[in-house]
Amino acid sequence: MLTSIEHMVKAASRQHCKVSDVVLEYEVLTSGRPRDRIVEKMHKRLSIMLLSIEKGKRLTERSPTGLSGGDAARLLSHSPVQDMLSEVLARAIAVAEYNAAMGKIVAAPTAGSAGVLPAVLSVIAEHFGATEEDTVMSLFTAAGIGMVISYRATLAGAEGGCQAECGSASAMAAGAAVELAGGDPEQVSWAVASALSAQLGLVCDPVGGLVEVPCIQRNGYAGAIALSALYLSLAGVKSHIPADEVIDAMYAVGKALPESLRETATGGLAATPTGVAIATRCTGCHPR
Amino acid sequence: MSVFDIIGPIMIGPSSSHTAGAVKLGNLARNVIGHTPDHAEILLHGSFARTYKGHGTDLALVAGLLGMRPDDERIPQAFHIAAGSGMQFDIVEGDLGNVHPNSARFSLSWQNTSAIVEGSSVGGGAVVLTAVDGFSLEYSGNSHALLVFHLDRPGSVAAVTGVLAASMLNIGAMRVSRREKGSEALMLIEVDQEIPSSVVAKVSSLEYVRRVIYFAPLEDDN
Repeated sequence: MLTSIEHMVKAASRQHCKVSDVVLEYEVLTSGRPRDRIVEKMHKRLSIMLLSIEKGKRLTERSPTGLSGGDAARLLSHSPVQDMLSEVLARAIAVAEYNAAMGKIVAAPTAGSAGVLPAVLSVIAEHFGATEEDTVMSLFTAAGIGMVISYRATLAGAEGGCQAECGSASAMAAGAAVELAGGDPEQVSWAVASALSAQLGLVCDPVGGLVEVPCIQRNGYAGAIALSALYLSLAGVKSHIPADEVIDAMYAVGKALPESLRETATGGLAATPTGVAIATRCTGCHPR
Repeated sequence: MSVFDIIGPIMIGPSSSHTAGAVKLGNLARNVIGHTPDHAEILLHGSFARTYKGHGTDLALVAGLLGMRPDDERIPQAFHIAAGSGMQFDIVEGDLGNVHPNSARFSLSWQNTSAIVEGSSVGGGAVVLTAVDGFSLEYSGNSHALLVFHLDRPGSVAAVTGVLAASMLNIGAMRVSRREKGSEALMLIEVDQEIPSSVVAKVSSLEYVRRVIYFAPLEDDN
């Protein structure tokens, strides 16, 4: 079991390899499956992630509830600035919209936060000219970070709020992106710590209990935070609090959140007059 | 835990519990009658009843009954495909009592067979089969398992486990439940390996055994 970011980073530094190599080695040992087969399986996941970006970008229909759809396309054509940030936002929102429209996605770590990793990793891979093989490997880094969070804390919004879902996705994306951009294992851990730190306390308050408002936009913001964490980390800005301790703090904060802010759709934006009105209107809408 | 529990599953959105898990519940229910039913009444409980339209839970449950897996891109068209397959269904909202909020009950019929199956989607796409024909049980769909309906008589458990032992099948977990003493009872036996159909047939032919259902793990290798 991968139980600590520090251990992963030290193992990678000691063996002069990447965090992704440590995680892949762990998977080979624990699953008993051949390395090639494991990498191939991860490659398939990357392909579906990239496809979900393309499908989401072209989405013009509204979701079955009528609450979402078309915002990624809007960003792509009307963003005031076209840069890495606008691309991360558009791609993360594209996948999240595609998810809401019953498209095929890869939960990473959850369906509700599925847009973050594809967006950040594809944009970083393009910018730094990384190969598809490197991008596949960076998903192992993301998985290792997610495993540690799952062990020390939780990845479920119902348990830890949105910080546990989009926050974790953001930390996973930040760490994986740093590796993809050529950062060392230590820098991976700084990015994990700072991305998650930026989202501590984020509540899970889905309007009508659906994975749309505010979840789709939060995928974009989680991607933007991951991108920021990458900038900080690659510039050599360290996190004062080590990643493992930030993860532990995230769990403690999640435990302290009232139930109304943990995916029950009874607090936060879900409980606003407009949130309640949307939920009421939506119960009756069934366009199929 | 595997890296693919974190990066995965590959699924049709929007929700691992309300969509992907719902497909798996439909798969388990289908497995009980071993066929696409002619008719299904699907009762939705709790959060399933409140949010099923927005999460496509109704489509997902029907897709599961049709044998689709959680990553099948035909899930959004499940109602049309059901019509084409001759499966009629009703979606009803109801109350199953003190059960998990994401629960459903399937009342299925196919030719002369019928079954009532209950299950819950407990989070992250994980599911639990909680009742079959009034017998309570707890099966996750992750192991090879036999559901054996039998008469509650001395020696019936030993006879079944004897067949498995003779076939070198190792039992990992087992639970026996009955509605009342001396009447019909249910064994849920989870084993480590795949169970050959010859073994299933041998168990079915035992005295006191009324019906045997074999579950292969739902896990797929995508």
